[in-house]
Amino acid sequence: MRSLNKNILFGLYNDETELLGAISKAKKAHLDIFDVYTPFPVHGLDPLLGLEESRLHQAGFVFGLTGTLTAFGFMSWAFVKDWPIIFGGKPHWPAPSFIPVTFELTVLFAAIGMVVSFYTVCGMGPGIKNPTLDDRITDDKFCIAFDTSGLNSNELDEINSFLANTGASEIHTKYI
Amino acid sequence: MGAYVSPVREPLIIGNKTYHQITEDICSPTEKTPTKQFVIGFILAATFLALYVFSVTWTVWVGIGSWNLNRTIGWGWDITNFVWWVGIGHAGTLISAILLLFRQKWRTGVNRAAEAMTIFAVICAGQFPIIHMGRVWMAIFIFPYPNTRGPLWTNFNSPLFWDVFAISTYFTVSLLFWYTGLVPDFATVRDRASGWRRKLYSNLAFGWTGSAKHWQRWESLSLVLAGLSTPLVLSVHTIVSFDFATSVIPGWHTTIFPPYFVAGAIFSGFAMVQTLMLVCRKTMKLEDYITLEHIESMNKVILLTGTIVGVAYLTELFIAWYSGYLYEQFAFYNRVFGPYWWSYFGMMGCNVISPQIFWVKKFRRSIFITFFMSIFINIGMWFERFVIIATTLARDYLPSSWSYYSPTWVEICLFLGSLGLFFTCFLIFARFAPVVAIAEIKSILKTAGDNYIGPNAVHAPHHDTHSVEEDNHSHH
Repeated sequence: MRSLNKNILFGLYNDETELLGAISKAKKAHLDIFDVYTPFPVHGLDPLLGLEESRLHQAGFVFGLTGTLTAFGFMSWAFVKDWPIIFGGKPHWPAPSFIPVTFELTVLFAAIGMVVSFYTVCGMGPGIKNPTLDDRITDDKFCIAFDTSGLNSNELDEINSFLANTGASEIHTKYI
Repeated sequence: MGAYVSPVREPLIIGNKTYHQITEDICSPTEKTPTKQFVIGFILAATFLALYVFSVTWTVWVGIGSWNLNRTIGWGWDITNFVWWVGIGHAGTLISAILLLFRQKWRTGVNRAAEAMTIFAVICAGQFPIIHMGRVWMAIFIFPYPNTRGPLWTNFNSPLFWDVFAISTYFTVSLLFWYTGLVPDFATVRDRASGWRRKLYSNLAFGWTGSAKHWQRWESLSLVLAGLSTPLVLSVHTIVSFDFATSVIPGWHTTIFPPYFVAGAIFSGFAMVQTLMLVCRKTMKLEDYITLEHIESMNKVILLTGTIVGVAYLTELFIAWYSGYLYEQFAFYNRVFGPYWWSYFGMMGCNVISPQIFWVKKFRRSIFITFFMSIFINIGMWFERFVIIATTLARDYLPSSWSYYSPTWVEICLFLGSLGLFFTCFLIFARFAPVVAIAEIKSILKTAGDNYIGPNAVHAPHHDTHSVEEDNHSHH
């Protein structure tokens, strides 16, 4: 189990509507949210949290382009330079014949590259166990988490009362 | 902003569900002791799998001579099975990718199982060209790898070579897409489990936490993978059709093949999804998530694609006549009235005529008729491939080499056995993984649950300015 070495104070909400409402209030109160955990992708959450759009698709484009160039370049090299073979008098560089495989490798490279990037940037992968705050977050609870390391008691009280006032059904602390 | 919900749309989740109830309903089949039905089904499937292992071993040991292929008919049940299985796979990708891009919410009820079906169908499909090689240990030669013969590369002009890349890419991308979708749901099962199951699902869940940023990336990844899979699925059966269309055999070298094959693939794939889902929803008590609305939607796709396939059959006949080309005309005359006339009429009856009953809403929503039809279509689509392959080869240019072909017991057992391989894989999946995408179902609950939309809605919509999802319900 990986540890983040953080003391987390978190509130659990029963509904994504309450969660979204609470986050906009936290923003107004200038509270620094550590992270939000939900059982499914909640729409409207990213702009509220100020999350920038993921750049995974840009990475995907680069991976795809690598696939395109690899496939087309390799086949061209093999047929024109390395071992030119005559197939029924056709030209040595039959570019249209290369299209299917070039397309397939574009898709293959983009997909593998993006999936590997996804797990890498998320810190996930086979055998990796990241700490979780509550087992019900993957079921029906919506969680707002605050990092309390280095906060004084006034600031802690402020977060506690914020969670209670915005409709959190439970408030807990956990060291992860 | 959230998608507009038409008031004519029927709920896709019934039974007044809460988020927790959804988790319970979908996870519980993986947590309970297997039912008697499951055990019987599994034993049956595993028996057929054993038959498959036996007949593959027999083929490799004795050689292709144990089949009835001959000088004239070089492709028989083996390639028929290959094309049939690849075709079945296509519905999974269509549901998970194309319907995601089209924002069709009904896909969430069936996408997980359909994608699993895709993967297992492609596994079955991929075996046949390899077994067909006879000397299976030479299969490595289909890849362009550095070798000591030059190196001598493969023929990049060959559609059979394109096929290798199409099928292996299709399998890999489908697997990645499916597994990435499964990760959050494995985390749900993990967080409910204890003991060895917790360990197992912790490993399967890859350390998923449900963090907002991770969900954002997950959605971005799903969307791009869907965008990549959409042309991919069209390309795969297009390339499979090139195996025939780029040849010089009358009856094969037709330009209509790519769209005709793709439509046929989706047609047969949806039929297999219906077969599987009708059994799953009954035995795993998922009727609230795979509703009559889902079944009806899939029957509409079946009607559409079945009709496209029908138009393709008729176009082929018309073009053969219109071409004025004797050999083409004979190929199609032979296809309808030749020695394999029974398979042509089996194909026409199952694929073109029988799905027309789905113009009637009552039949589209009948579980009995849908199940019956799904089996019918699967048989019909197998016949289609047999018609294209065997009848065309049986009557080639030289009447002196005309021939007839019927399979040996080995070929029949290979086909029946591949069904065993498929169903064994599917039953293992249904036992260990949530067969319905839990997180995706939860994300549509408030726009498609019967407690939120439709005449039976019990939850009055909240008018909360912070929620975009809630905007959808303002018309109530």
